[in-house]
Amino acid sequence: MVRIHKEKDRAAFAELYAHFAPRVKGFLMKSGADASLAEECAQEVMVTVWNKAHMFDASRASVATWIFTIARNRKIDALRKQRRPEPEDLTWGPAEEPAQADVIALQQESETLVRAIADLPAQQRALIEKAYFGDLTHSEIAAQTGLPLGTIKSRIRLALDRLRHTMK
Amino acid sequence: MTNNIKHHITDQLLMGYSAGTLPEAFNILVATHVSMCDECRAQLASYDSIGGAMLDTGDETLATLDTGSLAAVMERIENAAVTAKRAPAKRTGSTVPAPLSDYIGDDLTGVKWRHIGMGVRQAILPTSSQATARLLHIPAGAAMPDHGHNGVEMTMVLQGAFQDEDGYFARGDVETADTAVNHTPIADIHEDCICLAVSDAPLQFKGLLPRIVQRFIRI
Ligand SMILES: [Zn+2]
Ligand SMILES: [Zn+2]
Repeated sequence: MVRIHKEKDRAAFAELYAHFAPRVKGFLMKSGADASLAEECAQEVMVTVWNKAHMFDASRASVATWIFTIARNRKIDALRKQRRPEPEDLTWGPAEEPAQADVIALQQESETLVRAIADLPAQQRALIEKAYFGDLTHSEIAAQTGLPLGTIKSRIRLALDRLRHTMK
Repeated sequence: MTNNIKHHITDQLLMGYSAGTLPEAFNILVATHVSMCDECRAQLASYDSIGGAMLDTGDETLATLDTGSLAAVMERIENAAVTAKRAPAKRTGSTVPAPLSDYIGDDLTGVKWRHIGMGVRQAILPTSSQATARLLHIPAGAAMPDHGHNGVEMTMVLQGAFQDEDGYFARGDVETADTAVNHTPIADIHEDCICLAVSDAPLQFKGLLPRIVQRFIRI
């Protein structure tokens, strides 16, 4: 992401594209888009990734998470036609470079979460998939157990606190 | 700013907001609360990372791209004027979090209230029809009629406080009530209470009079 943002590195973007674009397209098809709408939206998502690369903060989210949120927003606009206001931006102004230690720690937590999800019993994984990619309503979503959410949450919390602190 | 919040958004609703499957009315309440609460902001980010992990690893979600897909995107990038849409920043002078001020203006004094009886006033927000979002204005010390719920109701305090069978709720706190809950919220005596309430089904009032009124006020 850094190379895409700072150097407008097309090779790095092509690599990212090869990995994520088919996934984003598949995600949109699972959510009910036909192939051509999904292709169109996936392309828009990847254009947004390029254009907003400077807003990616590696101490607060993984690349996959960041792309997921862009794809999710595109899905809501294109398919669900519900408005979804975003929370207010935090008040620390233009972000400075995140601390390298925060970035690495967040990466590790993200990998732990990926492994935990991969290790889930098929049935539970299917439920989570349905919640994110299908159309489970809020009352159908059961409380999630067995995911190490607490650790990644404290990691994110820490990054938020540090950012707040540097602004004081 | 966020330290005194004691009642938070439930995990189910944070996950639904993250997945993007909630009706607009619920989205407004979640975004408003998260704007005030770092605890839920971090929890929401962790739900987003589940979405990221599913996207990253799921071979289930692989689709074949059109031929020339990347080339088409590079061309779009060349031609596109960059119009970055950012999350709303807090407006200076606004006493209302940005996600809500888009609907009601920068502070609570500009709200167009309608009386719904017993001193209580409401203002319905313009949202999609799957669920209803309303502001409620309850005079200090007054009670909402005793009621149950046909679906999920979330109530977030914007000003003042209220007390009911489930506890004491002050600014930023969210009460989530479902079909199992019957309650009579009573506004704290010190200040009029203003809440944002969202629900995906009509409430059930115990008394006869409120039930007649209900037909006219869309609660
Ligand atoms: Zn909270
Ligand atoms: Zn209620």
